[in-house]
Amino acid sequence: MSASSISDIKLDQEKLHQLDDFIDGMSNQKGELISILHKAQEIFGYLPKELQQHIAKKLNIPVSKVYGVVSFYSFFNMEPKGEHPISVCMGTACYVRGAEKVLNEFKKQLNLEVGETTPDGKFSLLSLRCVGACGLAPVVMVGEKVYGHVTPEMVKEIIKEYK
Amino acid sequence: MSDVKLTIDGKTIEVPKGTTILEAAKKLGLFIPTLCHLDLHDIKMVNQTASCRICVVEVEGVRRLMTACSTPVSEGMVVRTNTMRVLNARKTVMELILSDHPKDCLICPKSGDCELQDLAETLGIREISITGKSQSVYKKDFSPSIIRDMNKCIMCRRCETMCNDVQTVGALSGINRGFDAVVSTAFESPLVDTVCTHCGQCVAVCPVGALSEQDNVWTVVEALADPEKIVVVQTAPAVRVALGEEFGYEPGTIVTGKMVSALRQLGFNYVFDTDFAADLTIMEEATEVLDRLKRYLAGDKEVPLPILTSCCPAWVNFIESQFPELLDIPSSAKSPQQMFGSIAKSYYAEKLGIPREKMIVVSVMPCLAKKYEASREEFQVDNNPDVDLTISTRELAHLIKQANLNLHELEEEKFDQPLGESTGAGVIFGTTGGVIEAATRTAYEWLTGKELKNIDFEQLRGMDGVRVATVPIDDFKLNIGIAHGLGNARILLEEIKAGNPRNLHVIEIMACPGGCIGGGGQPYHHGNIEILKKRSAALYQEDRNKPIRKSHENPAIQELYKTYLGKPMGDKSSVLLHTTYTAKEKV
Repeated sequence: MSASSISDIKLDQEKLHQLDDFIDGMSNQKGELISILHKAQEIFGYLPKELQQHIAKKLNIPVSKVYGVVSFYSFFNMEPKGEHPISVCMGTACYVRGAEKVLNEFKKQLNLEVGETTPDGKFSLLSLRCVGACGLAPVVMVGEKVYGHVTPEMVKEIIKEYK
Repeated sequence: MSDVKLTIDGKTIEVPKGTTILEAAKKLGLFIPTLCHLDLHDIKMVNQTASCRICVVEVEGVRRLMTACSTPVSEGMVVRTNTMRVLNARKTVMELILSDHPKDCLICPKSGDCELQDLAETLGIREISITGKSQSVYKKDFSPSIIRDMNKCIMCRRCETMCNDVQTVGALSGINRGFDAVVSTAFESPLVDTVCTHCGQCVAVCPVGALSEQDNVWTVVEALADPEKIVVVQTAPAVRVALGEEFGYEPGTIVTGKMVSALRQLGFNYVFDTDFAADLTIMEEATEVLDRLKRYLAGDKEVPLPILTSCCPAWVNFIESQFPELLDIPSSAKSPQQMFGSIAKSYYAEKLGIPREKMIVVSVMPCLAKKYEASREEFQVDNNPDVDLTISTRELAHLIKQANLNLHELEEEKFDQPLGESTGAGVIFGTTGGVIEAATRTAYEWLTGKELKNIDFEQLRGMDGVRVATVPIDDFKLNIGIAHGLGNARILLEEIKAGNPRNLHVIEIMACPGGCIGGGGQPYHHGNIEILKKRSAALYQEDRNKPIRKSHENPAIQELYKTYLGKPMGDKSSVLLHTTYTAKEKV
């Protein structure tokens, strides 16, 4: 991978302007990296390398620092999410009540690993830590919709709703 | 600052407020073990992540154990560094670190120089009772200079502190979290695709084998064993004042003659000196300085000034990737290593009557960036590199030991001629301020036509990170800037970008703290920065010992121009001794 090929993907200029305006409006830009990344993901849906490079240049900080933060927080993702992002909670409560089996079933049904998106762009599979609904453990979110007490048997049905 | 009184292991001491327990203990002669901690105050590097927890101590009235490296002292504090509880905790911490560390010490490049290995020995660890999952497996990253084996990383983050805070390069950062956490590059790209300058300072501070140099020792052995090849070696100035340390000599011992003798016994056909090429560099660089200055003084405002030295390959990598808008100001002169290779494979190969392919040029360098430099496409003729192999001071020590040579027993010998002839100006290239002092000695005489009476430019010496001095040359006042360490270089470069308010005419930049004496390929100083000062003093001593101390008076250099090159910056020398720089966009 050469450095030039990294910048091959062209970022949407209009979205980029929107992000730059947001950054320009901040007083302590370097200290606001996390909120800037949040905004960038909100605008673009994900944080591709080119976007991280753009942000680094704009804030005059190393790209490695930006990537360090992006890779630290599971909330940030570098791959575009599918139309229906499926998030399986792997927090302690969900985990002990069988979230791993549920996650494995999603992997099997969709033929995906965590962090991947189906070729048709419809589903992506994510795992996250605690959504604050431990009473419903194990919990699965599809987009904004929450499913509680999920069993591996229910997985097929959930996917069907969105096909 | 007011003093604070405290007791450590029953001994009372008064120290300034803000002192850490570790520093206070050290004053009492108590050495609390550390691992991640590294305090290189003189070069403004303090790694105080307190991540390894090896230095824990008991503080009376505090329930949990405290890290000595990061806990400031307070009035009346009672500290114990060697209770059963402390020793137990330390042992557990060590076992935890070791449980997640490869056990291939026997073949590790850091074996014998590893702080983790030493600590395991000090703490008397004889078994690791903690078993369990090991961390993620990382692929080794090979570059021409540095190898990253992150399975050995203990997350002390010294390399990150060095790369970001001291060198301001920003190639490295902590990434991921939990078991997957590791120090890596942006997008985990190979080092060669990043802004890494290959200075090797990360290798110099890594306590374990996670960062090491690309080891070329065996390739050198193979070249020496090949009867078809003529193997020529050059040794950089800073090597001769550090190599001895690997054989138990005091830091700052000059072992030039013994080194030459060792190289000859190893079977090198010709033992030459990079100092010769340093003198050659001065011929070209001083000519360039005077050329630009004369045009400037004649009223030409377009002349790119200040002119920057270009001997340091890590510094060249730095400006190419971080200050592409300033690429017209460095001197176009190649570094001494590359000038040597170029002359050896043209002038000297012709003298021997052999094709350049028959000659192997080996460099012994205090530096890891020199390995990268030698691999650059600019420095090849028909795919044949000017410098074939570069080994570090450490690698040369290994080579000498492997060949059963005892440096202490060897007679002192002299370099071969003509590429072994050098002056005192050439030898001080190895320390910060040396290149510019050497250039000033020559520029003064060329500009004034008078003999320079006082050769020692004391105002250009010292260890301050950024130095500015004015040298009067008749009526003209030459303003000189000096920076060592890339963070300091950045300060001067930003100043130039802001319009050069101090009107600097020439600037010397060295990427490593102290200059080449503190290079990434030198014997490990393990945080003892006093060693650098001793090496520097030894180089100035070498300079004083030389009968000739001005580059342009080197008879072998004069002969080279007379019979082969013509004049500095002439047609032939422009091709053989000068280069160009390219802006590089990297992550």
